[in-house]
Amino acid sequence: MAETANSGIGMPQLDISTFSNQIFWLVVTMVVLYYVMSRVALPRIAAVLADRRGTITSDIAAAEEYKLKAQQAEEAYNKALADARAEANRIVEAAKAEMQAELDVQIAKADAEISAKSAESERRIREIRYSEMELVTEVSKDVTNDILRVFDAKADSRSVTAAVNARLKGGA
Amino acid sequence: MASESGGLSIKPMDQFQVKALFGGDISWYTPTNVTLWMALTVVAASALMIYGARGRALVPSRAQSAAEMTYGFIYNMVKDVAGHDAVRFFPHIFTLFMFVLFANLLGLIPFAFTTTSHIAVTAVLAFTVFLSVTALGFILNGTKFLGLFWVSSAPLALRPVLALIELISYFARPISHSIRLAGAMMAGHAVAKVFAGFASALGAAFFVPVLAVTALYALELLVAVIQAYVFTILTCVYLRDALHPSH
Amino acid sequence: MEGDIAEMGKYIGVGLTAIGMGGAAIGVGNIAGNFLSGALRNPSAAAGQTAMLFIGIAFAEALGIFSFLVALLLMFAV
Repeated sequence: MAETANSGIGMPQLDISTFSNQIFWLVVTMVVLYYVMSRVALPRIAAVLADRRGTITSDIAAAEEYKLKAQQAEEAYNKALADARAEANRIVEAAKAEMQAELDVQIAKADAEISAKSAESERRIREIRYSEMELVTEVSKDVTNDILRVFDAKADSRSVTAAVNARLKGGA
Repeated sequence: MASESGGLSIKPMDQFQVKALFGGDISWYTPTNVTLWMALTVVAASALMIYGARGRALVPSRAQSAAEMTYGFIYNMVKDVAGHDAVRFFPHIFTLFMFVLFANLLGLIPFAFTTTSHIAVTAVLAFTVFLSVTALGFILNGTKFLGLFWVSSAPLALRPVLALIELISYFARPISHSIRLAGAMMAGHAVAKVFAGFASALGAAFFVPVLAVTALYALELLVAVIQAYVFTILTCVYLRDALHPSH
Repeated sequence: MEGDIAEMGKYIGVGLTAIGMGGAAIGVGNIAGNFLSGALRNPSAAAGQTAMLFIGIAFAEALGIFSFLVALLLMFAV
């Protein structure tokens, strides 16, 4: 292999005669690549990435909003449910109260009727008792007058009545 | 050289020869295989970054996703390694990465020419990085850039010695930067060529070296990407030193 | 005869430079192994340090590549 090295093939990396060529093309390549990358490729990709980041951010914000809305809807639902329950309770209470009032009125009416009837009965009992008393007084007067006539005593009707009344009162 | 007269005639370095495309001598403007493969590098990089990402879709296609991942990968590397104020050099570093990456990968195609296996190419890249970073350091920081060599955390007596070591290592940067890339590319291709040469020499047992070359090819694919990554990340490290010279 | 001895010395030198690549291999393995043991202790911090891993590997590997280059120069250029 030493012969080949001497003939210049040995290690192509050390062949100085090709250096200028390689360096020239390298510089051309790097300049072209730099302009292609920095002017076309990188701004595009940066724009796409920024776009995606923006979309993701706004999507997340929208999702937050929807979540909030869902929460609000749930709250409204719960509130409606509670309202309905309260309303139902209120109606039940009202019905109960109405029935109670009705009942009270009926009871009061019944009480009034009963008391009226008992008052009537008492009045009539009293009436009956009073008429009996008058009858007794009448009879007593008549008997007294008869007795006085038998005994031929003189007495006016007024004093007899007073005496009978006093006697009846004292006896009663 | 007994081997050369026999059946085993492997010339692993022939693949690195620079040849004129249309014959004739090679002068500085002659279109050579260097021109061809560098042009293909530009085409391949543009194909990925422009044609692949042409849809500009919100939900990317596979090629667009690859282009965007490359973009994001290099962007984050520049930002994390070299700092936020290095982002304005992102296009330059991205160009460098794309060139090295696609030159390495295209070089793995059989019968291809690997432009990055040539010291001349990688040295120009590395010295361009070195000179521009050094100039940038002096433009941005003035003489404070020399603080890079004056390790203020070391004991005072040690500092001149350290400064000398730092200075030498600083100037060794472009050399190691360029030789690493060219050497890794050259080594892989030369070894692959040697193994491939064994295949023709071994006759019936040819499949053993073919399997070896297959395994080596996978390793070379990894090396091609890692070397592009390393070349770029070292550029970022040097850039960070230029932007923030204080240790 | 003299040429043959010079040739022999050249190839011995090439073989010796290959030892340098072994040293680089040890260095790279050391870096990767230490990174792995550190990463297993603190996996959450590992992701941020892969860049440092590759930089370290690159520095260690460069020296092996230098020895490879010396070998190539001896083989083909001297």
